[in-house]
Amino acid sequence: MKYFLVLLLVSSLKIYAADTPLQFIDPDKAELYESLLEEIRCLVCQNQSLADSNAELAQDLRHEIESMINNNQSEVDIKKFLVERYGDFVLYRPPLQKNTWILWLGPFIFMIIGISVAIFLLRKQSLNANL
Amino acid sequence: MFRYSLPLLLFAGLVVLFIFGLQNDPRKVPSPFIDKPAPAFQLGTLHDENKIISIEDIKGKTSLINVWASWCVSCREEHPLLVNAAADNGLIIYGLNYKDKRIDALGWLNKLGNPYKESAYDQDGKVGIEYGVYGVPETFVLDKQGIIRYKHIGPIKQEDMETKILPLIKQLESAS
Repeated sequence: MKYFLVLLLVSSLKIYAADTPLQFIDPDKAELYESLLEEIRCLVCQNQSLADSNAELAQDLRHEIESMINNNQSEVDIKKFLVERYGDFVLYRPPLQKNTWILWLGPFIFMIIGISVAIFLLRKQSLNANL
Repeated sequence: MFRYSLPLLLFAGLVVLFIFGLQNDPRKVPSPFIDKPAPAFQLGTLHDENKIISIEDIKGKTSLINVWASWCVSCREEHPLLVNAAADNGLIIYGLNYKDKRIDALGWLNKLGNPYKESAYDQDGKVGIEYGVYGVPETFVLDKQGIIRYKHIGPIKQEDMETKILPLIKQLESAS
């Protein structure tokens, strides 16, 4: 039973939304397709990627991406196509630029603040202990 | 004293942040189309599939492009407003009928009134993708040169019409 459950878990790792299974003859294209679907946000259900989403728009965009890949367009072209229409928000990893720096650097800033506070408190504590 | 007030202050700060955060609508994504030319398209109209409408037909006057569908519940909500705006304010509204069945869409217009000068029939949603449509209804305000000046996502409410769309159209019309 335990093994069966593990098997279930493992076998469900790579399941894509309904219409996806596709035949790209070129394995590089298949890989590009899969990686793009993971990186593009579905704007209808915003916390899902195109790979996860069953929304109609996601299906349409999957087809669009599929045909762009079949037309030998590169990852950069396809991302540009999507950003021009849906904005940077469509990318799960938006480029580092003026309006996104806080998104990229914020965590580090908070980490530095946290570490500083921790050091400050620890020092204070050891001072108190020494008294 | 400091010891107790600091966490309290931090907490209050977070609460304020959350209050502001909750008022943001995550569906309102800034549009990359503002101040860019409206994407070109060519489609048959809803009423006559042999009659072709393109962006060139829309240019020349300040106008709205309203993306709608008969299956879209919030389109029904904003529809009377569009009908009124077309009748009373003389707004020029073009429809982009998005992923709809022709017969349903025509029935919808017959029943609820047709505010559109013309509706383009985008059956497979390709033009919708060109316009970055992700939540019907969406409305674009175009100036005379066919540049997109404003995009409204979701149903237009009376207040949006009065405070944003009508004043903007007035302003665009007075500009040369």
